[in-house]
Amino acid sequence: MPGAKERELRRRIGSVQSTKKITRAMELIAATRVVKAMQRANEAKPYATQVTSVIENLAAGGARVSHPLLREVENPKRVGIIAITSDRGLAGSYNAAVIKAAERQLDAARTAGSDYALILIGKKANDYFSFRNYRIDASYTGMTDTPTYEDAREVAGKVVDMFIGGELDRVELVYTEFVTMGTQRVTVRRYLPLATASEISEEGGGAGGALAEFEFEPSPSGVLESLLPRYMESRLFSAMLEASASEHANRQRAMKAATDNAEELITKLSREMNQARQAAITTEIMEIVGGAEALGSDDQKVVIQSIFENTEGAPA
Amino acid sequence: MQVELVSPERITFSGEADKVLVRTVGGGDIEFLAGHVPFIGVLQVSAAKVVNGDSAEVFAIHQGFVQMSGDKVTILSDVSENKDDIDVARATTAKSNAEAAVAADGEDAEAKAALRRAEIRLGVASGDLPA
Repeated sequence: MPGAKERELRRRIGSVQSTKKITRAMELIAATRVVKAMQRANEAKPYATQVTSVIENLAAGGARVSHPLLREVENPKRVGIIAITSDRGLAGSYNAAVIKAAERQLDAARTAGSDYALILIGKKANDYFSFRNYRIDASYTGMTDTPTYEDAREVAGKVVDMFIGGELDRVELVYTEFVTMGTQRVTVRRYLPLATASEISEEGGGAGGALAEFEFEPSPSGVLESLLPRYMESRLFSAMLEASASEHANRQRAMKAATDNAEELITKLSREMNQARQAAITTEIMEIVGGAEALGSDDQKVVIQSIFENTEGAPA
Repeated sequence: MQVELVSPERITFSGEADKVLVRTVGGGDIEFLAGHVPFIGVLQVSAAKVVNGDSAEVFAIHQGFVQMSGDKVTILSDVSENKDDIDVARATTAKSNAEAAVAADGEDAEAKAALRRAEIRLGVASGDLPA
């Protein structure tokens, strides 16, 4: 009969093994998701690029607007923070990093004497901030896995309304930028007020400099006015897509590490278990030999020999 | 002349064309041929027609922008669907819902816009475009 320690170890190995199966599966799923998310982010790029290029051309065409989205306030009374996290955990430091950066923005706003407003995307940010009794203005869940343009429009609409209604004077966007498969970076971008059209074009991303003289219908300002809300949506949408790709990449990495750790642990535990079993066998033999010796009978030799014959079947 | 229809999520159409017909918010139809003057316009909920030789493709456009520059027409729109993309059953339901809403409240701009979108969709699907 195996000893208590051996049984205990065998049980632990079993449990680590089933954990490993789960993490391996999650790793594989995240790997395919990341590819899909990257593809979506790439497919969405032409629109963002084109919108920026139209704004560039408008700036060159001399569009001057006093659009409410361009309203710059020197001492913002209320700063909005949009944080994009995920709904699900097990993605390494992905959520923690975004939440930390968002909280830093929030503290900075409070230090500067302004109020804050939290617009949270993803369950994790909501959990964190509501647990700490922060006031949450809006919280969206169920859209971070595969964000659609409709989702982006919903959030952007809410934020733009708050900004135009004078509830917010500045809005920061905190999300994870997808640089490469191996690098994702938490980024804080100013979302509102918008930079002027010429600043937007300087920020780049457009399809090259504006050269030609354009005709506008109805007018440069008219075009810009209907374009700016689209631009807001498109910016948020790109951020959400990048965040989603980053989430899956982070999860894949975290799950790979977990699988590797599980493997290592299994090796270590198996060694320990083998040792424990060997020790138990040795003790048992010693006990029998000791017992036989104590009897001190003449056929001592035979007894010991038969013990070794009987234990031969046991693995070393 | 190169034509591209770009929606926020992907490029819905990309190809060569002889001419492109769209409708701007001013209410005017505008046709682009190769060598058209650089132009940026805001589009209505309308149908856009891309003609290449003998074949023509029609898209339902739910607002957006058109940019003509160089030898390229780009249509940016939240929704741009061709005949095969349109769910006729859904558009028909949307149309009757919108009609009911407009009948209930003649000033409901939202419902009117929805009605217009549904009409354009059905028009593109059937090939019989409303004015």
